[in-house]
Amino acid sequence: MSTPQMLSVRNLSIEFGGVHAVDDVSFDVQPGEVFAIIGPNGAGKSTIFNLISRFYEPTAGSIFYGEHDLLELPAHRIVRMGIGRTFQNIELFEQATVLQNLLVGRHRHMRSNPFREFLFLPGVKKDELVHRRKVEDVIDLLEIARYRDQRISDLPYGARKNVELARALCAEPTLLLLDEPASGLNTEETDDVSFWLEDIKHDLGVTIVMVEHDMNLVARVADRVLAINNGKVIAIGTPDEIRDNVEVQHAYLGAAA
Amino acid sequence: MQYLFKTRYEDDVRFLAKSGEKIRVGLVVLFMLAAPLMLQDYYLAELGLLLVYAIAGIGLMILTGFTGQVSFGHAAFLGIGAYSHSILMARAVPFSLSILITILIAGLVGMIIGRSASKMHGFYLAIATLAFAILIETVFGEWKSLTGGHAGLAVPALKVFGVTLAKVWQQYYVDLVMAGIVIWGASNLFRAPTGRAFIAVRDSELSARSLGVNVEWVKIQAFGVSAAITALAGALLAHQLTFLAPDVFGVLESLKLLLMIVVGGLGSILGAVFGAIFVSVLPVAISFLKDVLPPSIGQKAGLEPLLFGTIIVLFIVFEPLGIYGRWLKLRFFFETFPYYRKASFVRQKSYLKTERMR
Ligand SMILES: Nc1ncnc2c1ncn2[C@@H]1O[C@H](COP(=O)(O)OP(=O)(O)OP(=O)(O)O)[C@@H](O)[C@H]1O
Ligand SMILES: [Mg+2]
Repeated sequence: MSTPQMLSVRNLSIEFGGVHAVDDVSFDVQPGEVFAIIGPNGAGKSTIFNLISRFYEPTAGSIFYGEHDLLELPAHRIVRMGIGRTFQNIELFEQATVLQNLLVGRHRHMRSNPFREFLFLPGVKKDELVHRRKVEDVIDLLEIARYRDQRISDLPYGARKNVELARALCAEPTLLLLDEPASGLNTEETDDVSFWLEDIKHDLGVTIVMVEHDMNLVARVADRVLAINNGKVIAIGTPDEIRDNVEVQHAYLGAAA
Repeated sequence: MQYLFKTRYEDDVRFLAKSGEKIRVGLVVLFMLAAPLMLQDYYLAELGLLLVYAIAGIGLMILTGFTGQVSFGHAAFLGIGAYSHSILMARAVPFSLSILITILIAGLVGMIIGRSASKMHGFYLAIATLAFAILIETVFGEWKSLTGGHAGLAVPALKVFGVTLAKVWQQYYVDLVMAGIVIWGASNLFRAPTGRAFIAVRDSELSARSLGVNVEWVKIQAFGVSAAITALAGALLAHQLTFLAPDVFGVLESLKLLLMIVVGGLGSILGAVFGAIFVSVLPVAISFLKDVLPPSIGQKAGLEPLLFGTIIVLFIVFEPLGIYGRWLKLRFFFETFPYYRKASFVRQKSYLKTERMR
């Protein structure tokens, strides 16, 4: 109990027309760890992310980030607290280039003023160059230089996944929420993701919460795992503990049957 | 193939990056500057009108093509610009001050509309903007003490810094300078945070929010900027019309603006300019066609709207990217000659969104 909590979710609940998508969920994320959330389809994993992002209003419970009460903030203020995210179904700006997407990722750190920008006053250019340089660091890290000037709509799936991760990193988050970072990727691409997650954790010092179905990946990168089913917590522990947990096995078998 | 070798980050920030672009733009600017020497007054006036519509098109393009907020009532802002500027000029307010006040008024009205519109989507937004335009048109008709009502309002002569500019070529240069500023400024906006936030809201409000973009405020801004630019076009248009009546700024004019940007190509500044060329040239082409066609067809009422409509449908079906999309292909063809392959522009449909949040 003495370790500082980074993200603290308490008794969180939300209903959609009588469906308890998230039901009395509590968990803590500690700084520097990779925290995985697993569970069968429809368990409520993405909904937890959407609650933290403030896209949904919970029916009960609290979410604290350090000492900040996230429920007091509108959705667009969450990233300014240092919480970045990706989406399960990839939400990129389709008709914009990779570079433009990544620069929107910098929005949190930008000043915007239409008058200055209309006239492109010298300060605007100076700022642009600073952000451009930051973006280039991320481009190098995730090896997406060759897509830099391409439109998202022309990119293959795997590249989009990387660009979305890159865009989230451009915000320089302290906490990163990744919704199924490896879904739809082949084994080679999944390996890349696991290496990047290690880099992001160790080199950038970012804390990661990820939803993932690939248990191999979870076992490789996660420090702790939260298993949920039907919106309820069924277990929390190390990857090995979760793998051996009878209730977790039941949840997956039950969902398969 | 022309590769764009970038050696500095500045290359990404520059206004016209490609050397080919510079040459093309240079040639166009040269032609526009020399136009009064080459064209008769009638055609020069038409060219001036084209520039004004290009400005209006850019105004609407920023809102609809870049921010994804459709407006079926943008003629209202054109009208607000025309009336406000004419009324101010009639009260001896100097040209530049009058333009400035007009832009501010329209920008403010735009932001108020944007505030209510920021909660609406698609169909409702279309209806709301349409209703707004009808309301404004009614106000022009009823507020007789200010607008002259349906009897109309004479537009004071164009006078800049105390010099009356009555000649066609003088007015043309005013339009040219304004169009230049607007094209340059609007392009600037889209290589900076504000414009990128507009695009972000257009393509995914959800992830825009998650990256810190205040979506409601962006929509308010987009309405404001769009209204201000369209009103500037309205002010210049007033000088061309020389006489204002409410029905000039009716629903048909709004539709014309919308058709302009669709045909020109949504989501590009150049598209708005192409659209303006299109709507300027089409009536000329149609009247020419009328003379050539047998009278039984050529003299039929409704030929004009029919052709307008047909062309628009053809564009939406065969060239959704508009004239601008055509232009990109043409340019690509010459730059890569003889290696051009049709497949270069066939979209990779490697991935489909299956399910979206919301
Ligand atoms: N906006 C919404 N409106 C209504 N129901 C919703 C909404 N969002 C989620 N749900 C429901 O909440 C439950 C949990 O959904 P959620 O997307 O969180 O599942 P998940 O664990 O992410 O599943 P998956 O592995 O398939 O992504 C589901 O029953 C879903 O139908
Ligand atoms: Mg999910």
